Amino acid sequence: MKVLVPVKRVIDYNVKVRVKADGSGVDLANVKMSMNPFDEIAVEEAIRLREAGHATEIVAVSIGVRQAQETLRTALAMGADRAILIEAAATVETDIEPLAVAKLLAKVVADEAPGLVLMGKQAIDNDMNATGQMLSALLGWAQATYASKLEIEDGAAVVTREVDGGLQTIRVKTPAVVTVDLRLNEPRYASLPNIMKAKKKPLDVKTPADYGVDVSPRLSIRTVTEPPVRQAGVKVGSVDELVEKLRNEAGVI
Amino acid sequence: MAVLLIAEMSGSDLAADATAKALTAAKAMGGDVHILVAGEGCAGAAEAAAKLDGAARVLCADARAFAHSLAEPIADLVVSLAGAYEHIVAPATVQGKNVCPRIAALLDVMVITDISEVKGPDTFVRPIYAGNAFQEVTSADAKKVVTVRTSTFEVAGAQAAAPVEAVAAPADTGLSSWVEDTVAASDRPELTSAKVIVSGGRAIGSKENFAIIEKVADKLGAAIGASRAAVDSGYAPNDWQVGQTGKVVAPDLYIAIGISGAIQHLAGMKDSKVIVAINKDEEAPIFQVADYGLVADLFDAVPELEEKLG
Ligand SMILES: Cc1cc2nc3c(=O)[nH]c(=O)nc-3n(C[C@H](O)[C@H](O)[C@H](O)COP(=O)(O)OP(=O)(O)OC[C@H]3O[C@@H](n4cnc5c(N)ncnc54)[C@H](O)[C@@H]3O)c2cc1C
Repeated sequence: MKVLVPVKRVIDYNVKVRVKADGSGVDLANVKMSMNPFDEIAVEEAIRLREAGHATEIVAVSIGVRQAQETLRTALAMGADRAILIEAAATVETDIEPLAVAKLLAKVVADEAPGLVLMGKQAIDNDMNATGQMLSALLGWAQATYASKLEIEDGAAVVTREVDGGLQTIRVKTPAVVTVDLRLNEPRYASLPNIMKAKKKPLDVKTPADYGVDVSPRLSIRTVTEPPVRQAGVKVGSVDELVEKLRNEAGVI
Repeated sequence: MAVLLIAEMSGSDLAADATAKALTAAKAMGGDVHILVAGEGCAGAAEAAAKLDGAARVLCADARAFAHSLAEPIADLVVSLAGAYEHIVAPATVQGKNVCPRIAALLDVMVITDISEVKGPDTFVRPIYAGNAFQEVTSADAKKVVTVRTSTFEVAGAQAAAPVEAVAAPADTGLSSWVEDTVAASDRPELTSAKVIVSGGRAIGSKENFAIIEKVADKLGAAIGASRAAVDSGYAPNDWQVGQTGKVVAPDLYIAIGISGAIQHLAGMKDSKVIVAINKDEEAPIFQVADYGLVADLFDAVPELEEKLG
């Protein structure tokens, strides 16, 4: 079974986000960019599936700016076999919407015929949490989101999902789309030799036009603003003082 | 045109709090609000939904396929009803977040997730970058499929029951099937509706030690939360996680114990009315958002707090 793993290049999760003064977006000039943390978990899981003999080939796909090649090289260094970049954005400010990404991925799926698409449950930049579900809808496949455990059976995948009340286990017919949550695994670091090897692995570059997909946005962003800053309050000297303040000043207990 | 609100379900029961909060947002979008209750044996849930203030009608889809809120049959059901609606709305719970993007893609529209404000029928505000920025977006699509951040909307009140009508379920494609739920029964309030939350972080150190958090929570009638580090370490179950990728909460009082205050955690709790932090590191970022900070070792301060709460 071939496994397709879409990966997104996003602002590194440790970077402090700054909103641009003109309200047009977040300042992405000269900030550290990395693979979306959830996508790393998806890549790791695909590699584990190959190690367990379930996956035969891992194809990483990224949709975005040219520099997303670096993100794909990271996936290749971790262990993906080959990569496809769909260059859909000219600048880092352009975020391709999940619907357009899902349409492009659906075309890649049609070409590649994977048995499983493993992807992050959300991207930490737009926090949309939508692409996997949308892809699965367009393909008419089953979806299993928020996966914290994945087992492959013949013609199906058994997925434990982190839901609001605890855990839910479902069985989905394959091919399927599985979106991964934080606790599925801990992604490996790429070793130096693997980083070197990754440079030689195949990386195809395409455009949305190659797939006949219109990526123009459906949502227009009017403004981007910073949330009101919360003022730090006071330090209390003792538990007694804390209880007194909560009771008499804040009135919350 | 009307708004279709997909009710949050807890088995065959209505999850009233999340549904009633999303209803408040749905009402602001304009048009009558119809609530869709989909489940197995869900007549009681439909009756409960009919009494939420602002529901003009309740559609009850009672079928086996809806028993576990699996995304594929629910999405097919909603798409079969979508013709009559301009807005399709659900709370931004795991159920809502699971199904709404699927519905949107089937309708060829962009989904608008986790909105914190309704600016108009086609314009919404939503957090991005773990709540470090908010974007105001306008949708050019004919239909708007929206999930609602429940922590920012009030619960809709009660009314005399609106009419309930049955709707037919489309054929089940059987793409997925339910295997089991692992849900810990608890008498505590739910995290997302609790007035008081006591949360523990990595510093709690073990599952057993979480008992000190529980004791304080018991005194306050509070729900218990946790940081990702505490959940990853196995000290707390996954459904306690508060944050960017856990639950978003805004109680009257949030007590963060042994939690450093990473942005991903703050994303889930910084709209709480009063925040208390107990941490032994006075430089911990959690103090920057705390109304009351206590620099102390939690293993001394928390048992003392429990005792002093009387
Ligand atoms: C993609 C992504 C998503 C994430 N989503 C979430 C999320 O939803 N929720 C979330 O919480 N995190 C999330 N995180 C993780 C987040 O970045 C932090 O790693 C996490 O919140 C840290 O948890 P913590 O504060 O319990 O642990 P730590 O950061 O280790 O903090 C422990 C704190 O305890 C204090 N301490 C230690 N001993 C004592 C003592 N005896 N008494 C008092 N204080 C003590 C320390 O001073 C320290 O401040 C996410 C990360 C990523 C990359």
